[in-house]
Amino acid sequence: MGASLHIIELVKEYRANQPVLKGINLDITGDGLTAVIGPSGTGKSTLLRCVNRLIEPTRGRILLKDEGNSVDLASIRGQALRKARRRIGMVFQEYNLVERLTVMENLLTGRLGYTTAFNAWRRRFEPSDIQYAYELLETVGLQGFANQRADALSGGQRQRVGIARALMQRPQMLLADEPTSSLDPKTSVEIMELLLELGRAQRIPVIVNIHDVELARRYATRIVGMSGGHIVYDGAPDGMTPDVLKEIYGGESWLS
Amino acid sequence: MAELKVSSAQQARPFALSWQARAGLVLILVYAVYAATQLGFSWDRFQSGMELGARFLGRLFPPSVERLDVLWKGIAESMEIAVLASMLGILLSLPISLLGARNLMPAWATWPSRAIIALCRSLHPVIVAIIFVKAVGFGALAGVLALTVASIGFIGKLFTEAIEEISLKQVEAVRASGASFANVIIFAVMPQVFARFVGFSTYQLDSNLRNSTMVGIVGAGGIGGTLFSAFQRFDYDFVCTILLTIIGIIMLGEILARVVRAILLDNVTISELFRGRTGPTRDRAPTGDDA
Repeated sequence: MGASLHIIELVKEYRANQPVLKGINLDITGDGLTAVIGPSGTGKSTLLRCVNRLIEPTRGRILLKDEGNSVDLASIRGQALRKARRRIGMVFQEYNLVERLTVMENLLTGRLGYTTAFNAWRRRFEPSDIQYAYELLETVGLQGFANQRADALSGGQRQRVGIARALMQRPQMLLADEPTSSLDPKTSVEIMELLLELGRAQRIPVIVNIHDVELARRYATRIVGMSGGHIVYDGAPDGMTPDVLKEIYGGESWLS
Repeated sequence: MAELKVSSAQQARPFALSWQARAGLVLILVYAVYAATQLGFSWDRFQSGMELGARFLGRLFPPSVERLDVLWKGIAESMEIAVLASMLGILLSLPISLLGARNLMPAWATWPSRAIIALCRSLHPVIVAIIFVKAVGFGALAGVLALTVASIGFIGKLFTEAIEEISLKQVEAVRASGASFANVIIFAVMPQVFARFVGFSTYQLDSNLRNSTMVGIVGAGGIGGTLFSAFQRFDYDFVCTILLTIIGIIMLGEILARVVRAILLDNVTISELFRGRTGPTRDRAPTGDDA
C-alpha cells in the first residue's frame, strides 16, 4: 500500500546562501503519476534525491506517512534512514544498473535492505523474492533475460530492469529521475506506460522528473512545474496552457 | 610592429626544440660520460670479463642431478613462502584498500591506510627480508613476512586506485534501495573491481614466486640460500640445475595464473581451456563509460 509524501519548506543549498530549492511545499498522496517539469538546473533532480536522501537537504521537512506512521526523511540517519529508503523505489536516467552483474542479481539488489551482508555475499535470497523477481521480469517484458549480464542489454531493456529492480523493494512510493531522457521516443512511451500501469497496480504514488512536456501531458495525472527553485504550477495536465509553459521555461519562441 | 611579426613568422621553424630542451639533452649526455668515467670501465676489463663469462657458462653445463633432494627441499620451501605470502597479502590488502579509497571513506580512514601501503612499497623485498631476519631469525617465516609486506604494497596501491575509478552511479542506485554499507560494497563496488583484483593478485603471485627464490640469499628461507651457497662453493653445475628449475617454475606459475584468470574472469571452463578456446566467448553490446 502506498505512502504519502509531505514536503514542507524544503531548502537545498550546494553553496551557502545560494539555494537551488527555495522553500518547496508539496503534498503527494494517492496512486497517481505526478510529473515534475521545469528547465535544466532548476532543482528537479535535487528535489527527488532529497526525498531518499541521496542528497542532504539544508532545511525543511520531508514527511513520509502511512496509516498513522510518520517519519521525517530530512532528519533521520543510519539504520532509520536505510529502513525509510527501503520503502522508496528509484529509477534513474542512466539506469544505474550494476553492469557486471546479471539481470537477476540486479533485481535482487532491490532486496539488499532486507538482506544481511553474509547472505548478500553468498547470493542467498528469500525464495519468495526470487519468485517475485521472475514475475516482475515477465511484467516488464524481459522473461528469459534473468542470466544475461546487464551490460549486454539495450537502453530500453536496461530501463525495464531498472524499474523491476525498484519494484523488487515492494516500495510504497516510486521516484523516477528523467527515466526517458536517454531513450528513443517509442521506448520512452513504453517506459512511461510501464511506470503508470505498475504504479496503479501496486497502488503507490509515482513521481517522475521529465523534460518531455508532451509525455508529461499524456501520462501524468498531475503536473508540478518548477522554475528557479520554486513551484510555479501545480495542477491537472490540461491546465498546461502556453502561458503556464512560458512561466515555467521562459521565452515563447519555442512554443510556436 | 607588424613588419617584425611577419619576418619572425617566416623565420620560425616548426618542431624546433626549445633551448631548455637542448640544454637538458646536453646535460644528460655529459652526465652519462661522467658516470662512466667515475665507475672505472675499460675495454680491457670488458674483454677479460667476456672470457671469464664464457668459462663460467662452460662450467654450468652439464647441470648436476646429484643433490636433487636438496634442490627439492629449497624449491618446496620457496613455493610455500610464495603461496603463503600471496594469500596473506591478498587477504590483508583487500580491507586496507577499501579503507584507503577516497571516494568511499572519510579522510581519517584513508590517510592511515594509504600510509601503510606507501610504507610497504617504499623498500625492496630483499631489504625488508633483512629486517625480518633480524627480527624473527633465519628461516621461512622472515621470507613469508617480507613478501607479505611487498604484496600489500603492490596490490594495495593498485586496488585502491581501481576502487577510486568505479562508477558511483551504480553505487548510488544500490544505496537508494536501503542497502547497508557492507551490502553496497558487496553488490555495487566489488562487481566493478573484482576482475582487476584477480588480475593484480595473480600478477603478485607470479612476482612472489620470483622473489621467494631471492629472499633466501639473505637467510629468509627458500631456494635462494641453496643457490647462494652453491655459488660460493663453485658448484656451477648445481647452480645451473637450480636456475633451470626456477625458470621452469616461473613459467608454470604464469600458465597457472592465466588459467585462473580465464576461469574467474572470462567464464571459460577448464575443458574449454584445454580445447584451446580462449579469448572472449561472446559478443557484448557496446557500453558507455564501462566499456
